[in-house]
Amino acid sequence: MKKNRLIPVVLLRNGWIVQSKGFSSYQNLGNPIASVKRLSEWASDEIIYLDISTDDKYDLRRDDQGYKNRDNFLDIIRDVSDVTFMPITVGGKIRSLSDIEIRLYSGADKVCLNTMAIEDIKLVESAVREFGSQCIIISIDAKEGPNGHKVFSHGGKRETKFEPHELATIAENSGVGEILINSIDRDGQGTGYDIQLLQQITNSVSIPVIGCGGVSEWHHFSDAFEQAGVDAVAAANIFHYVDQSVFLAKKYLFDNGVNVRKPDLIKL
Amino acid sequence: MTNGLICVLDYGSGNVRSVYNVLKHLGHNVMVSGEEKVIKNASHIILPGVGSFGTAMKKMKENLPMQCLENEVVGKGKPFLGICVGMQVLADKGYEFEESEGLGWISGSVRKLRSGDLSLPHVGWNDFLVETPDPIFNSLKEHRDFYYVHSFCFDACHEESVLARADYGEKFAAVVSKDNIYGFQFHPEKSQRAGQLLLNNFVMQK
Repeated sequence: MKKNRLIPVVLLRNGWIVQSKGFSSYQNLGNPIASVKRLSEWASDEIIYLDISTDDKYDLRRDDQGYKNRDNFLDIIRDVSDVTFMPITVGGKIRSLSDIEIRLYSGADKVCLNTMAIEDIKLVESAVREFGSQCIIISIDAKEGPNGHKVFSHGGKRETKFEPHELATIAENSGVGEILINSIDRDGQGTGYDIQLLQQITNSVSIPVIGCGGVSEWHHFSDAFEQAGVDAVAAANIFHYVDQSVFLAKKYLFDNGVNVRKPDLIKL
Repeated sequence: MTNGLICVLDYGSGNVRSVYNVLKHLGHNVMVSGEEKVIKNASHIILPGVGSFGTAMKKMKENLPMQCLENEVVGKGKPFLGICVGMQVLADKGYEFEESEGLGWISGSVRKLRSGDLSLPHVGWNDFLVETPDPIFNSLKEHRDFYYVHSFCFDACHEESVLARADYGEKFAAVVSKDNIYGFQFHPEKSQRAGQLLLNNFVMQK
């Protein structure tokens, strides 16, 4: 039987892992190569890397941990894929088919598209034809307003005309493989997933939905599986703060009867 | 562990690098190549695969010395492993986009998965049930989920060619084998502990 997945999201800003709050304040959490080793050892099901740099400067100044200095997102992905043996998804700053191709060539298994889905759905269709459905994830950033949830583009800065379920349906009809739905309101708040938002998406598409935004306790993950019927749960901050986080989260889910892979600790 | 050389066939398909990385990590002597002399020198040959049946066959014919490969694998019985589309091309025929000829090393054909209500492609972690015990499954215990990415599956002509089946709307071949030839529908290179165990078991084959 196919398993539900637990997916750490790693936000990279100018070459560093950062914690994000409300898509606007960022705190530095360290070196991506050191972190990918931990996430591998805790047997994550996949990892999503999102490049949220504001310009194209990458700076891994601290060279004191025995890892190479990398100043380019693609080099980081290349290094990461050399040491981890699980599926990797890469997102951020993807505007063309060649942007996708170079990310896959650098070791990504899938790419995550955001602004492209809002601005040019025809290009998303071309990407599906060229690289296959399994390779294309659409991420949707949503925020609640007086008239319900709306989709935001450009890193949560611009409001669009779409309601989240409308964009999800368009994406599904274009042949994309999965939807990653993220709540801007819950980002960094630790109050749990926006279950209503997740339900809105799972009720409108039949492709796998990955929920994101707001986790601070293990039971938030099972809430999303049980109440919203998502295929996978993702989170960023919590996985970087707690030792053996992925293992412990999965153990909680496994022990509570959620259909996940058996928790494992791998010695690298 | 073997001191022999593992040749990962390079024919312009994706994920050659990740197969190379994991074998290197496991301490094996491995080369990515499509050259005749490397194929002849190798003790084991692996055919990775991403993409469609027809494209994979076309690229193989363009980039690999097919006669030499057949001599080594079918003629001399060198251990061979096909992964994902690399497994599917072992069949006689494939029906992805159009009908294409396969290698025909394990009798069967490749058709679309009948997943019912479940969406295609089948992407994610899934287990399988062993139907015929084989050394390839040695030491496979509690961590036995593998990473799958596919929409098509292998219909074997002979039941005994299917060593294990997975379930996604229907039961389909996860591991096929005939003599020295193995095929995995999942990606062992992306399957952490379980995938590495099966790759090591393959490398133990003589």
